[in-house]
Amino acid sequence: MPIYGTALLAACHLLGIILGDLLGRALGMTTNVGGVGIAMILLIVARYYLHRSGRLNAASEKGVIYWGAIYIPVVVAMAMQQNMLAAIKGGPMALIAALASVLVCGCFVAFINRGEPLPHPDSNDVESR
Amino acid sequence: MWEIIERAAESNGLVTGFAVVGLVILLSGFLSRKLTCGRIQGSAIAILIGLALAYVGGRYTGGSKGLADIAFFSGVGLMGGNMLRDFAIVATAFEVHPEEAKRAGWVGGIALVLGTVLPFIVGVMVAWSFGYRDAVSLTTLGAGAITYIVGPVTGTAIGAESEILALSIAIGVVKAILVMVATPVAARFLRLSTPRSAMVFGGLAGTVSGVSAGLAATDRRLVPYGALVATFHTGLGCLCGPSILYFAVKAIV
Repeated sequence: MPIYGTALLAACHLLGIILGDLLGRALGMTTNVGGVGIAMILLIVARYYLHRSGRLNAASEKGVIYWGAIYIPVVVAMAMQQNMLAAIKGGPMALIAALASVLVCGCFVAFINRGEPLPHPDSNDVESR
Repeated sequence: MWEIIERAAESNGLVTGFAVVGLVILLSGFLSRKLTCGRIQGSAIAILIGLALAYVGGRYTGGSKGLADIAFFSGVGLMGGNMLRDFAIVATAFEVHPEEAKRAGWVGGIALVLGTVLPFIVGVMVAWSFGYRDAVSLTTLGAGAITYIVGPVTGTAIGAESEILALSIAIGVVKAILVMVATPVAARFLRLSTPRSAMVFGGLAGTVSGVSAGLAATDRRLVPYGALVATFHTGLGCLCGPSILYFAVKAIV
Protein backbone atom coordinates (compact mmCIF):
# COMPACT_ATOMS: atom_id res chain seq x y z
CA MET A 1 0.00 0.00 0.00
CA PRO A 2 1.27 3.50 -0.84
CA ILE A 3 0.98 4.61 2.76
CA TYR A 4 3.85 2.27 3.67
CA GLY A 5 6.12 4.18 1.30
CA THR A 6 4.97 7.56 2.59
CA ALA A 7 5.34 6.39 6.19
CA LEU A 8 8.87 5.15 5.44
CA LEU A 9 9.66 8.54 3.94
CA ALA A 10 8.18 10.32 6.96
CA ALA A 11 10.13 8.12 9.37
CA CYS A 12 13.42 8.82 7.53
CA HIS A 13 12.60 12.55 7.47
CA LEU A 14 11.90 12.74 11.21
CA LEU A 15 14.86 10.56 12.17
CA GLY A 16 17.16 12.67 9.97
CA ILE A 17 15.94 15.93 11.54
CA ILE A 18 16.39 14.49 15.04
CA LEU A 19 19.91 13.25 14.25
CA GLY A 20 20.70 16.62 12.67
CA ASP A 21 19.59 18.41 15.82
CA LEU A 22 21.63 16.05 17.98
CA LEU A 23 24.67 16.59 15.76
CA GLY A 24 24.15 20.35 16.04
CA ARG A 25 23.93 20.12 19.81
CA ALA A 26 27.02 17.92 19.97
CA LEU A 27 28.85 20.66 18.05
CA GLY A 28 27.57 23.28 20.47
CA MET A 29 24.94 24.96 18.26
CA THR A 30 21.20 25.40 18.35
CA THR A 31 20.79 24.82 14.62
CA ASN A 32 20.19 21.62 12.70
CA VAL A 33 23.31 20.27 10.97
CA GLY A 34 22.56 18.43 7.74
CA GLY A 35 19.28 16.95 9.00
CA VAL A 36 17.73 16.72 5.55
CA GLY A 37 20.92 15.29 4.10
CA ILE A 38 21.01 12.63 6.81
CA ALA A 39 17.34 11.83 6.09
CA MET A 40 18.18 11.40 2.40
CA ILE A 41 21.01 9.00 3.24
CA LEU A 42 18.67 7.04 5.54
CA LEU A 43 16.10 6.73 2.75
CA ILE A 44 18.74 5.58 0.25
CA VAL A 45 19.97 2.94 2.71
CA ALA A 46 16.43 1.85 3.66
CA ARG A 47 15.46 1.46 0.04
CA TYR A 48 18.61 -0.53 -0.72
CA TYR A 49 17.98 -3.08 2.03
CA LEU A 50 14.20 -3.33 1.61
CA HIS A 51 14.66 -3.76 -2.11
CA ARG A 52 17.20 -6.53 -1.65
CA SER A 53 15.02 -8.43 0.75
CA GLY A 54 12.06 -7.92 -1.59
CA ARG A 55 9.88 -6.23 1.02
CA LEU A 56 9.23 -3.08 -0.98
CA ASN A 57 6.59 -3.66 -3.64
CA ALA A 58 5.64 -1.30 -6.45
CA ALA A 59 2.50 -0.09 -4.70
CA SER A 60 4.46 0.96 -1.62
CA GLU A 61 7.08 2.69 -3.76
CA LYS A 62 4.36 4.86 -5.28
CA GLY A 63 3.89 6.47 -1.87
CA VAL A 64 7.44 7.86 -2.05
CA ILE A 65 7.67 8.50 -5.77
CA TYR A 66 4.64 10.79 -5.70
CA TRP A 67 6.31 13.09 -3.20
CA GLY A 68 9.52 13.13 -5.20
CA ALA A 69 7.50 14.11 -8.27
CA ILE A 70 5.63 16.88 -6.43
CA TYR A 71 9.00 18.45 -5.69
CA ILE A 72 9.08 21.00 -8.51
CA PRO A 73 5.58 22.35 -7.71
CA VAL A 74 6.71 22.71 -4.09
CA VAL A 75 9.73 24.70 -5.27
CA VAL A 76 7.46 26.94 -7.34
CA ALA A 77 5.32 27.53 -4.24
CA MET A 78 8.54 28.33 -2.36
CA ALA A 79 9.52 30.87 -5.01
CA MET A 80 6.10 32.51 -4.58
CA GLN A 81 6.89 33.38 -0.97
CA GLN A 82 10.41 34.77 -1.27
CA ASN A 83 10.94 38.19 0.22
CA MET A 84 11.51 39.91 -3.12
CA LEU A 85 11.06 43.39 -1.62
CA ALA A 86 13.91 42.84 0.84
CA ALA A 87 16.05 41.43 -1.93
CA ILE A 88 15.49 44.52 -4.05
CA LYS A 89 15.67 46.93 -1.11
CA GLY A 90 19.05 45.49 -0.09
CA GLY A 91 20.26 47.68 -2.89
CA PRO A 92 23.54 47.64 -4.74
CA MET A 93 25.56 46.06 -1.96
CA ALA A 94 23.32 42.98 -1.70
CA LEU A 95 23.32 42.66 -5.45
CA ILE A 96 27.08 43.05 -5.84
CA ALA A 97 27.91 40.70 -2.96
CA ALA A 98 25.48 38.05 -4.23
CA LEU A 99 26.51 38.42 -7.86
CA ALA A 100 30.23 38.27 -7.04
CA SER A 101 29.90 35.17 -4.89
CA VAL A 102 27.72 33.42 -7.47
CA LEU A 103 30.26 34.25 -10.21
CA VAL A 104 33.25 33.06 -8.18
CA CYS A 105 31.47 29.82 -7.19
CA GLY A 106 30.22 29.29 -10.73
CA CYS A 107 33.79 29.50 -12.07
CA PHE A 108 34.94 26.94 -9.50
CA VAL A 109 32.06 24.61 -10.41
CA ALA A 110 32.97 24.88 -14.09
CA PHE A 111 36.66 24.34 -13.29
CA ILE A 112 36.13 21.28 -11.07
CA ASN A 113 33.61 19.71 -13.43
CA ARG A 114 35.98 20.10 -16.36
CA GLY A 115 38.44 17.89 -14.54
CA GLU A 116 35.85 15.17 -14.10
CA PRO A 117 37.13 11.72 -14.99
CA LEU A 118 34.58 9.94 -17.11
CA PRO A 119 33.89 6.64 -15.38
CA HIS A 120 31.88 5.16 -18.25
CA PRO A 121 33.80 6.02 -21.40
CA ASP A 122 31.36 3.98 -23.49
CA SER A 123 28.26 5.91 -22.41
CA ASN A 124 29.78 9.39 -22.14
CA ASP A 125 32.05 9.23 -25.14
CA VAL A 126 30.21 11.75 -27.26
CA GLU A 127 30.08 14.29 -24.45
CA SER A 128 33.81 14.22 -23.73
CA ARG A 129 34.96 15.12 -27.21
CA MET B 1 -20.49 34.97 -4.47
CA TRP B 2 -16.91 36.22 -4.21
CA GLU B 3 -17.21 35.99 -0.44
CA ILE B 4 -18.04 32.28 -0.67
CA ILE B 5 -15.11 31.61 -3.03
CA GLU B 6 -12.76 33.53 -0.77
CA ARG B 7 -13.89 31.64 2.32
CA ALA B 8 -13.54 28.31 0.54
CA ALA B 9 -9.99 29.19 -0.51
CA GLU B 10 -8.95 30.43 2.92
CA SER B 11 -10.30 27.47 4.87
CA ASN B 12 -8.78 25.00 2.38
CA GLY B 13 -5.40 26.70 2.13
CA LEU B 14 -3.21 23.80 1.08
CA VAL B 15 -5.73 22.61 -1.51
CA THR B 16 -5.88 26.14 -2.97
CA GLY B 17 -2.08 26.10 -3.03
CA PHE B 18 -2.08 22.91 -5.14
CA ALA B 19 -4.58 24.43 -7.56
CA VAL B 20 -2.74 27.76 -7.88
CA VAL B 21 0.67 26.14 -8.38
CA GLY B 22 -0.78 23.64 -10.84
CA LEU B 23 -2.23 26.50 -12.84
CA VAL B 24 1.10 28.37 -12.87
CA ILE B 25 2.93 25.23 -14.04
CA LEU B 26 0.34 24.61 -16.74
CA LEU B 27 0.75 28.18 -17.95
CA SER B 28 4.56 28.02 -17.90
CA GLY B 29 4.55 24.73 -19.81
CA PHE B 30 2.44 26.43 -22.46
CA LEU B 31 4.77 29.48 -22.55
CA SER B 32 7.80 27.20 -22.76
CA ARG B 33 6.45 25.39 -25.81
CA LYS B 34 4.92 28.35 -27.64
CA LEU B 35 7.32 31.19 -26.89
CA THR B 36 10.69 29.49 -26.51
CA CYS B 37 10.04 26.29 -28.52
CA GLY B 38 10.94 24.32 -25.40
CA ARG B 39 14.37 25.92 -25.13
CA ILE B 40 13.72 27.31 -21.67
CA GLN B 41 12.34 24.58 -19.42
CA GLY B 42 8.79 24.99 -18.18
CA SER B 43 9.90 24.67 -14.57
CA ALA B 44 12.38 27.55 -14.97
CA ILE B 45 9.57 29.76 -16.27
CA ALA B 46 7.30 28.57 -13.44
CA ILE B 47 9.92 29.60 -10.86
CA LEU B 48 10.31 33.01 -12.52
CA ILE B 49 6.52 33.50 -12.49
CA GLY B 50 6.58 32.44 -8.84
CA LEU B 51 9.20 35.07 -8.00
CA ALA B 52 7.24 37.71 -9.92
CA LEU B 53 4.10 36.80 -7.97
CA ALA B 54 6.14 36.99 -4.75
CA TYR B 55 7.09 40.55 -5.70
CA VAL B 56 3.47 41.46 -6.44
CA GLY B 57 2.38 39.90 -3.14
CA GLY B 58 5.07 41.76 -1.22
CA ARG B 59 4.13 45.04 -2.88
CA TYR B 60 0.44 44.50 -2.19
CA THR B 61 0.72 43.57 1.50
CA GLY B 62 4.10 45.00 2.52
CA GLY B 63 4.82 41.67 4.22
CA SER B 64 7.89 39.48 3.96
CA LYS B 65 6.33 36.28 2.62
CA GLY B 66 5.39 37.29 -0.89
CA LEU B 67 2.14 35.88 -2.21
CA ALA B 68 1.61 33.85 0.98
CA ASP B 69 0.81 37.05 2.90
CA ILE B 70 -2.41 37.47 0.95
CA ALA B 71 -5.06 35.49 2.85
CA PHE B 72 -6.47 33.97 -0.32
CA PHE B 73 -3.09 32.44 -1.19
CA SER B 74 -1.95 31.60 2.33
CA GLY B 75 -1.96 27.89 1.44
CA VAL B 76 0.94 28.51 -0.93
CA GLY B 77 2.94 29.31 2.19
CA LEU B 78 2.21 25.86 3.62
CA MET B 79 2.89 24.11 0.33
CA GLY B 80 6.22 25.86 -0.21
CA GLY B 81 7.13 26.00 3.47
CA ASN B 82 10.08 24.22 5.04
CA MET B 83 8.14 21.12 6.07
CA LEU B 84 6.81 20.07 2.66
CA ARG B 85 9.93 21.32 0.90
CA ASP B 86 12.19 19.11 3.01
CA PHE B 87 9.73 16.20 2.76
CA ALA B 88 9.80 16.40 -1.03
CA ILE B 89 13.60 16.82 -1.15
CA VAL B 90 14.05 13.70 0.99
CA ALA B 91 11.66 11.84 -1.33
CA THR B 92 13.87 12.65 -4.35
CA ALA B 93 16.64 10.63 -2.66
CA PHE B 94 14.60 7.56 -3.62
CA GLU B 95 16.00 7.93 -7.13
CA VAL B 96 19.63 8.27 -6.05
CA HIS B 97 21.95 5.47 -7.09
CA PRO B 98 24.16 4.75 -4.08
CA GLU B 99 27.20 3.91 -6.25
CA GLU B 100 27.02 7.29 -8.02
CA ALA B 101 26.72 9.16 -4.75
CA LYS B 102 29.61 7.27 -3.21
CA ARG B 103 31.91 7.91 -6.15
CA ALA B 104 31.42 11.66 -5.86
CA GLY B 105 31.64 11.67 -2.07
CA TRP B 106 34.97 13.39 -1.49
CA VAL B 107 34.58 15.90 -4.33
CA GLY B 108 31.27 16.88 -2.78
CA GLY B 109 33.08 17.46 0.51
CA ILE B 110 35.72 19.68 -1.08
CA ALA B 111 33.01 21.61 -2.94
CA LEU B 112 31.15 22.06 0.34
CA VAL B 113 34.17 23.62 2.09
CA LEU B 114 34.96 25.85 -0.91
CA GLY B 115 31.29 26.80 -1.13
CA THR B 116 31.44 28.06 2.46
CA VAL B 117 34.79 29.85 2.41
CA LEU B 118 34.70 31.47 -1.05
CA PRO B 119 31.35 33.30 -0.77
CA PHE B 120 32.35 34.39 2.73
CA ILE B 121 35.60 35.96 1.50
CA VAL B 122 33.80 37.64 -1.39
CA GLY B 123 31.05 38.90 0.92
CA VAL B 124 33.55 40.33 3.41
CA MET B 125 35.50 42.04 0.63
CA VAL B 126 32.36 43.65 -0.82
CA ALA B 127 31.25 44.75 2.67
CA TRP B 128 34.72 46.22 3.26
CA SER B 129 34.57 48.16 0.01
CA PHE B 130 31.19 49.57 1.10
CA GLY B 131 32.79 51.02 4.21
CA TYR B 132 32.13 48.43 6.90
CA ARG B 133 35.15 48.04 9.15
CA ASP B 134 34.11 46.21 12.33
CA ALA B 135 34.61 42.45 12.56
CA VAL B 136 31.00 41.72 13.62
CA SER B 137 29.39 43.48 10.64
CA LEU B 138 31.95 42.12 8.18
CA THR B 139 31.44 38.55 9.42
CA THR B 140 27.64 38.81 9.36
CA LEU B 141 27.58 40.23 5.84
CA GLY B 142 30.10 37.63 4.64
CA ALA B 143 27.99 34.88 6.21
CA GLY B 144 24.94 36.24 4.37
CA ALA B 145 26.78 35.51 1.13
CA ILE B 146 26.89 31.82 2.18
CA THR B 147 23.10 31.46 2.60
CA TYR B 148 20.28 33.64 3.93
CA ILE B 149 20.06 31.38 6.96
CA VAL B 150 23.76 31.38 7.82
CA GLY B 151 23.82 35.21 7.77
CA PRO B 152 21.24 35.91 10.50
CA VAL B 153 22.27 32.85 12.55
CA THR B 154 25.88 34.03 12.59
CA GLY B 155 24.93 37.65 13.15
CA THR B 156 22.69 36.79 16.09
CA ALA B 157 25.39 34.63 17.64
CA ILE B 158 28.04 37.37 17.53
CA GLY B 159 25.67 40.27 18.28
CA ALA B 160 25.23 42.20 15.04
CA GLU B 161 22.71 45.05 14.66
CA SER B 162 19.32 44.27 13.13
CA GLU B 163 20.03 46.49 10.13
CA ILE B 164 23.12 44.41 9.34
CA LEU B 165 21.08 41.22 9.85
CA ALA B 166 18.46 42.39 7.36
CA LEU B 167 21.18 43.24 4.86
CA SER B 168 22.81 39.83 5.28
CA ILE B 169 19.45 38.16 4.64
CA ALA B 170 19.03 40.31 1.54
CA ILE B 171 22.44 39.18 0.23
CA GLY B 172 21.47 35.53 0.76
CA VAL B 173 18.04 35.93 -0.83
CA VAL B 174 19.47 37.69 -3.88
CA LYS B 175 22.05 34.91 -4.15
CA ALA B 176 19.37 32.18 -3.97
CA ILE B 177 17.32 33.95 -6.63
CA LEU B 178 20.37 34.42 -8.86
CA VAL B 179 21.22 30.72 -8.58
CA MET B 180 17.61 29.75 -9.39
CA VAL B 181 17.52 31.93 -12.47
CA ALA B 182 21.09 31.55 -13.74
CA THR B 183 21.57 27.79 -13.36
CA PRO B 184 19.51 26.61 -16.34
CA VAL B 185 21.10 29.33 -18.48
CA ALA B 186 24.65 28.48 -17.39
CA ALA B 187 24.16 24.70 -17.28
CA ARG B 188 26.46 24.06 -20.23
CA PHE B 189 29.23 26.31 -18.89
CA LEU B 190 28.94 24.60 -15.49
CA ARG B 191 29.01 21.15 -17.16
CA LEU B 192 25.93 20.08 -15.25
CA SER B 193 25.22 16.69 -16.75
CA THR B 194 26.29 13.98 -14.32
CA PRO B 195 25.41 13.17 -10.70
CA ARG B 196 28.97 14.06 -9.71
CA SER B 197 28.80 17.48 -11.37
CA ALA B 198 25.48 18.12 -9.63
CA MET B 199 27.07 17.31 -6.28
CA VAL B 200 29.97 19.70 -6.94
CA PHE B 201 27.41 22.33 -7.88
CA GLY B 202 25.32 21.62 -4.78
CA GLY B 203 28.34 22.07 -2.54
CA LEU B 204 29.62 25.26 -4.14
CA ALA B 205 26.37 27.07 -4.87
CA GLY B 206 24.96 26.46 -1.41
CA THR B 207 21.40 27.66 -0.74
CA VAL B 208 19.16 24.58 -0.88
CA SER B 209 16.39 26.63 -2.43
CA GLY B 210 18.63 28.02 -5.16
CA VAL B 211 20.32 24.71 -5.93
CA SER B 212 17.18 22.60 -5.95
CA ALA B 213 15.19 25.05 -8.03
CA GLY B 214 18.11 25.64 -10.39
CA LEU B 215 18.69 21.94 -10.93
CA ALA B 216 14.96 21.24 -11.21
CA ALA B 217 14.84 23.69 -14.07
CA THR B 218 17.96 22.19 -15.67
CA ASP B 219 17.50 18.42 -15.35
CA ARG B 220 15.12 16.90 -12.84
CA ARG B 221 17.24 13.76 -12.37
CA LEU B 222 20.11 15.82 -10.95
CA VAL B 223 18.06 17.37 -8.13
CA PRO B 224 18.65 14.70 -5.44
CA TYR B 225 22.44 14.71 -5.94
CA GLY B 226 22.75 18.48 -5.69
CA ALA B 227 20.32 18.71 -2.78
CA LEU B 228 22.07 15.91 -0.89
CA VAL B 229 25.24 18.01 -0.64
CA ALA B 230 23.56 21.41 -0.41
CA THR B 231 21.58 20.44 2.69
CA PHE B 232 24.86 20.21 4.58
CA HIS B 233 25.78 23.68 3.40
CA THR B 234 23.66 25.65 5.84
CA GLY B 235 24.76 23.42 8.72
CA LEU B 236 28.43 23.84 7.89
CA GLY B 237 27.97 27.59 7.47
CA CYS B 238 26.18 27.94 10.82
CA LEU B 239 29.00 25.93 12.38
CA CYS B 240 31.90 27.92 10.90
CA GLY B 241 30.32 31.42 10.73
CA PRO B 242 30.24 32.39 14.41
CA SER B 243 33.46 30.46 15.15
CA ILE B 244 36.39 29.98 12.75
CA LEU B 245 35.32 32.60 10.20
CA TYR B 246 34.56 35.22 12.85
CA PHE B 247 37.91 34.67 14.56
CA ALA B 248 39.69 34.87 11.22
CA VAL B 249 38.06 38.22 10.39
CA LYS B 250 38.73 39.51 13.91
CA ALA B 251 42.39 38.59 13.61
CA ILE B 252 42.74 40.46 10.31
CA VAL B 253 40.73 43.59 11.16
